[in-house]
Amino acid sequence: MASTTAHSAGAADRAGNARLGGTLYRGDPGMWSWVAHRITGVLVFFFLFVHVLDTALVRVSPNAYDVVIETYKHPVMVLFELGLVGAVLYHALNGIRVMLVDFWSKGTKYQKPMLWTILAIWLVVMIPGSYYLLVKGFADLFGGS
Amino acid sequence: MSVTDAPFSVDKPRSPQRPAARRSNFELYSWLFMRLSGLLLVFLVLGHLLIMLFLDDGVQRINFAFVAGRWASPFWQFWDLTMLWLAGLHGGNGLRTVINDYARKDQTRFWLKMLLYVSMIVTIAVGTFVLFTFDPNIGN
Ligand code: HEM
Repeated sequence: MASTTAHSAGAADRAGNARLGGTLYRGDPGMWSWVAHRITGVLVFFFLFVHVLDTALVRVSPNAYDVVIETYKHPVMVLFELGLVGAVLYHALNGIRVMLVDFWSKGTKYQKPMLWTILAIWLVVMIPGSYYLLVKGFADLFGGS
Repeated sequence: MSVTDAPFSVDKPRSPQRPAARRSNFELYSWLFMRLSGLLLVFLVLGHLLIMLFLDDGVQRINFAFVAGRWASPFWQFWDLTMLWLAGLHGGNGLRTVINDYARKDQTRFWLKMLLYVSMIVTIAVGTFVLFTFDPNIGN
């Protein structure tokens, strides 16, 4: 990548690092924060679709609902719950950051520290959250009940 | 327009003769809606996840009787109805942007959006119907 030909700017671009004094968006943490926001948003939308339909079974019969909801109670499903909580929490925190960038006069200046802040908050919530759910999952799986 | 009517030059895009009425602010309102609904969803969705997955015994306590108990209260009915509509419209509108970004052919874009709109209408309509017609004694 150390070439000094006319192609070097394009190469740095494709190599994905923020050269040119941090003016390149491509490959910058800011780009990845957007990619993650998009992926989590789409995944949560798909789950919303499934979740409205499974809940709609309360309108069919108590038994139909209880039988289907039982699948969510398998201990292994704590992993799914963790994935959902992690995705929604990231999307929510980053959504707040996007709004601050849009509406707060200093938002663009602090967009990067705000990214590290929301990631820290995410970890602070997810570490005890994961611990709690995983312990519960293991207890259900091996404790027998 | 026949060939002989063709003007010598084309108007500049922003020239005042161009009818302004053809422009729509839909995308501006959609942009604003994403932010306003997002702000409300922070409380609605994170609150919902906290209650359903972490408080008491999490999902283990959820069954028909639990739902009946919650929907006996207008507060939770209103919470769930607002969350359903906001999440459906916010997520659906977000997915519309994603489809606009990645679909390469007009046909693909059209059909993906039709699929999206149908699934949005189904989710929001079914959810609303269930919330308004829920019957705790349906099993008897
Ligand atoms: C929990 C609170 C939430 C907040 C604060 C939030 C915030 C936002 C914001 C501000 C945007 C616009 C981003 C932009 O214009 O660049 C957005 C996009 C999006 N949101 Fe949410 N959202 C939340 C919940 C949800 C939920 C529950 C869903 C799914 C049902 C969802 C799905 C999406 C999708 C698919 C996009 C489009 C992503 C894109 O265009 O890249 N969001 N969200």
